Amino acid sequence: MNKLETEAKGMSTQNYSLFYGGFKALNRISIQIPSNRITAFIGPSGCGKSSFLRSFNRMNDLIPGVTTEGKVCIDGRNVADEDVVQLRKKVGMVFQRPNPFPKSVFENVAYGPKLHGVKNRSDLAVVVEKSLKRAALWNEVKDDLHKSGMSLSGGQQQRLCIARAIAVEPEVILMDEPASALDPVATLKIEELMNELKANYTIAIVTHNMQQAARVSDYTAFMLTDENRAGNLIEFGTTKQIFTTPSDTRTEDYITGRFG
Amino acid sequence: MNRRKLSQNAAFSLFWAAGIMSVLIMAVVVGYVLVKGLPGISFDFFTTSPRGGLSGEGGIYSTIVTTFYLVVVTLAFAIPPGVGAAVYFSEYSGSTVGSLTGKLVDLARFGVDTLAGVPSIVFGLFGYAVFVTAMDLGFSILSASMAGACLIIPVIIRTTEDALKSVPSGYREGSLALGANRWETTWKVVLPAAFRGISTGILLSAGRIVSETAIFFVTLGGSYRVPHSLMSGGRTMALHVYYLAMETRAFDRAMSTAAVLVGLVVVMNLGINTITGRITGKQR
Repeated sequence: MNKLETEAKGMSTQNYSLFYGGFKALNRISIQIPSNRITAFIGPSGCGKSSFLRSFNRMNDLIPGVTTEGKVCIDGRNVADEDVVQLRKKVGMVFQRPNPFPKSVFENVAYGPKLHGVKNRSDLAVVVEKSLKRAALWNEVKDDLHKSGMSLSGGQQQRLCIARAIAVEPEVILMDEPASALDPVATLKIEELMNELKANYTIAIVTHNMQQAARVSDYTAFMLTDENRAGNLIEFGTTKQIFTTPSDTRTEDYITGRFG
Repeated sequence: MNRRKLSQNAAFSLFWAAGIMSVLIMAVVVGYVLVKGLPGISFDFFTTSPRGGLSGEGGIYSTIVTTFYLVVVTLAFAIPPGVGAAVYFSEYSGSTVGSLTGKLVDLARFGVDTLAGVPSIVFGLFGYAVFVTAMDLGFSILSASMAGACLIIPVIIRTTEDALKSVPSGYREGSLALGANRWETTWKVVLPAAFRGISTGILLSAGRIVSETAIFFVTLGGSYRVPHSLMSGGRTMALHVYYLAMETRAFDRAMSTAAVLVGLVVVMNLGINTITGRITGKQR
């Protein structure tokens, strides 16, 4: 693969800034996120990690007064020029709090495929089973797919949300602190699942938990606010390099727990 | 220490007394109506129409039919604009903050809140002037239901908007992130999730139509015959109570009709309780 092709594949940003009204929340961020790997975004609260993550599927569009500069690209195409429905089909998202719809397990997973035109009941059943298997939830729910998604445990709900995201066959899965509302056992399951999923998907995860970043990710990006409270990308590299030999002292200070 | 305990006990007793009092008042009113009214209720009471005249004889068949028609037609007029406006306020108007449209939305909200506090007879006069007279629809179920719709639309908007707002924003985000647009999200996720809250508001409004009198006095007329079309006048059970008590000698029948009315209201409230009970049961 030559250099041009590598750049065209996957997610990248160039000099990307984001403003909430007059407030600059992200400052000229340029990054190239490797495909089929897990990239973790770490940094103290309010450094713009979540805002940055939400730029890839344009969830920030929903907030009145948000403007941007620079480019966010997926497969070489600027997301601003893409049809938002197609974009979000390609870029799945898992949220901080598990948010299954108040519908059955089956209907939760079938929701996305139905939106995108799958009507046939047996086709839907195939997609639902495949997605639940990939999300490592099938064995726990297969006996009763018609019970409410809300009746599952927190960890199961989050895996249901992952299955729901997978069901539309995205290329990328964005995870915004997916385990912060879960207990350690459920967290471990999500982390194992992420490891399996990266064979097929590019995963970007925002996490507050540095051990989690160190455990699951291949690459780590460290973000920090500058004197104007705008989020900056301080350092980006392999997780091993960031955690063992960071080149920026601020990264080192954060990793070693001197602040944050 | 003792003072604190004393004030705690005093407050507790006061609230307790207040609670007992409100239950007692209700029990006395309902009990009085039932004791006076129940003996006059028989099968014939439900199946024969009032005979008219000063004696006040006959049953309440036609008033039951009128009440039923009026509730159905009024809801048919009121639900689409009421729920629609609430959906717009709750789901769509967020992006208009600060713009001219946003100011109009604020104005509309203020209007709705004001209308919700307007006495029902004002809607009645409006209905009489516009529907009965100007549009020449006469005293009819059509006139009355349009006036009634004006009365309950603000209530439906408010309760529906509250129900929509109580739907967690995570549902919307989850749906939008899967590529649904705003309408698909509203129709497939938000409205179903708010369904119970919305139905509660609608049932409350139906109860309002059953129990209002003044507004229908001036739009529905007072015919005691069974209505045969939307253009027929009629009298609801609540109006019938008024007519019996004020214009006939049959005060006992007014009480019997009132007892039926109370029974109906109790049933409707039980319905609301089942619905809201299920909400809390399910979301836990």
